Amino acid sequence: MRAPSATDIAAGEVILAVDNVSLSFGGVKALTDVSFDIKKGEVRAIIGPNGAGKTSMLNCINGFYHPTEGRITFKGETRPKMRPHEAAAGGIARTFQNVALFKGMSTLDNIMAGRTLKMNRSFFWHILRYGPAMDEEIAHRRFVEEIIDFLEIQHIRKTPVGKLPYGLQKRVELGRALAMEPEVLLLDEPMAGMNLEEKEDMCRFIIDVSNQYGTTIALIEHDMGVVMDLSDRVVVLEYGRKIADGTPDEVKRDQRVIDAYLGVGH
Amino acid sequence: MFYREAGQYKTTYQSDMAIFPLRQDRIGILIILALAYVAVPLMASDFILKTIMLPFLALVLAVIGLNILTGYTGLISLGTAGFMGVGAYACYKLTTLFPEVNILVWILVSGFFSAGIGVVFGLPSLRIKGLYLAVATLAAQFFLQWAFVRIPWLYNYNPSGAIEVPLRTVFGVAITGPTAAIEVKYLIALTFVVVLTWVASNIVHGRIGRSWMAVRDMDIAAQLMGIKLLETKLLAFAVSSFYCGVSGALFVFIYLGGAEAGTEFGIRLSFIILFAVIIGGLGSMIGSFFGAGFIVALPTILKFGLPAIGIAITGAIAEKIVVMVIGALTIYLLIVEPHGLARLWQIAKQKLRVWPFPY
Repeated sequence: MRAPSATDIAAGEVILAVDNVSLSFGGVKALTDVSFDIKKGEVRAIIGPNGAGKTSMLNCINGFYHPTEGRITFKGETRPKMRPHEAAAGGIARTFQNVALFKGMSTLDNIMAGRTLKMNRSFFWHILRYGPAMDEEIAHRRFVEEIIDFLEIQHIRKTPVGKLPYGLQKRVELGRALAMEPEVLLLDEPMAGMNLEEKEDMCRFIIDVSNQYGTTIALIEHDMGVVMDLSDRVVVLEYGRKIADGTPDEVKRDQRVIDAYLGVGH
Repeated sequence: MFYREAGQYKTTYQSDMAIFPLRQDRIGILIILALAYVAVPLMASDFILKTIMLPFLALVLAVIGLNILTGYTGLISLGTAGFMGVGAYACYKLTTLFPEVNILVWILVSGFFSAGIGVVFGLPSLRIKGLYLAVATLAAQFFLQWAFVRIPWLYNYNPSGAIEVPLRTVFGVAITGPTAAIEVKYLIALTFVVVLTWVASNIVHGRIGRSWMAVRDMDIAAQLMGIKLLETKLLAFAVSSFYCGVSGALFVFIYLGGAEAGTEFGIRLSFIILFAVIIGGLGSMIGSFFGAGFIVALPTILKFGLPAIGIAITGAIAEKIVVMVIGALTIYLLIVEPHGLARLWQIAKQKLRVWPFPY
């Protein structure tokens, strides 16, 4: 399904490394000296209490923020000032905590927009529409229909996404990210505000994406049950610092994590 | 009951992605084209052609142009009339410098001059949005209007400061100038509109149109899809200004036959075109036609229609009523139906599909 990239990395090797990253806005330190890595093919969870810097971490990874210190290495390449569209071209896709769909467009158009980078017919062909531009459109439509089948959203194909219920919007957003055929998929709270059934559906899709396509997934989630079941390794942030890193079982037993979540008596 | 798609199965993605997926729509558009090309020039009086059809055809391109920028890409512009002026003056300069070249070519080429100017004034759009961008494009409007008056080279040092459209013929038929037949002018303008509308609808239905709408709806997520904001916005400015430029050239060369420097392409026209976009429907091709039709037909109906049915009304009062009606309708539609007349048209079609049942 995915074209092999120039820097092919075998499963289990580090695809994305975060080294000593700090991020501050004026006097506010959002992240302090955070280091961790993401291995190809794994599901990596980033957890922490509210305001711990999880979303800021994702924003650094896909180029919305540039770390004040430290560096992020993706596929063996370090770029000090990566722009979001460069991250996208490199194979990083993401979903947002508050759904960031194109509200006026249909489900189909939203997911087709995820294919933008793969489409390269020039403006001239688009003027004619029929011919090469249409062939390209049809080829990508075929791919998008596969994603629509995979996510079971056939019935809302032509509905403007602004009219969809929240749970479906989250699913369309996942579909749009998948349409980019990403190597690393960043999911920012994919299950926030969902009921149990919707959560179960979403978990199923995440597991399927990981298994079928071998996509590396980094995920922020507050539902500990989900995190413990889905992820291979967990990194825990608190007040912008990393306090634990390891398998779900290790993290669960870590005293600092327990303190961060349950509080400590003073 | 005639407008129903039962039995029309789409078996290919191409037929599903067609601009008119329903057979009834395709027949409808062919009938409209036939009427426009055959019936109107044969039946309509010179008065209708001159006061309604020609300004409608010229302005509809500007409305489509602004709709591409504002409706599809979400960038507001108040420089529309300025860009139209660039097209008109470019066409005038080109045809007086090179009179032997076909005027139809120059009308099209003048669009590219306008596109270039549009890109320059579109540069701030990367950093500023909404009201602030409106003010920046307002600067374009005032600067261009100033240039049309203060640079006499643009109107060939004519002492009256006006453009006088020269006689130009194609294959021996007069197309522009005082002696050109009104039917010929109408058919030329109609052909420009049909072809350019087809092109615009092709563009907005493909990857480029999707990138524009993505930038409009959520620019952060659009960047994440690999869409480069600057390129996408500047392309929208270029295409939009191209349409405005061709519209301006047609407005002067086909409709007016001459233009006073700086008066035709004032801020008032910019606003009227913006209102036409809002009334017709933001982000809709057919809405652009509704909007342009509305702003062209309304003054004529008030000025000539009302006296015809016995309501005495002077031209001056009609003029004021037009402004009031357009203003009130714009506010009403912005609050109640941001997708304008195009949305009402869609609702009507939906009702027609299920008729005689309510749903």
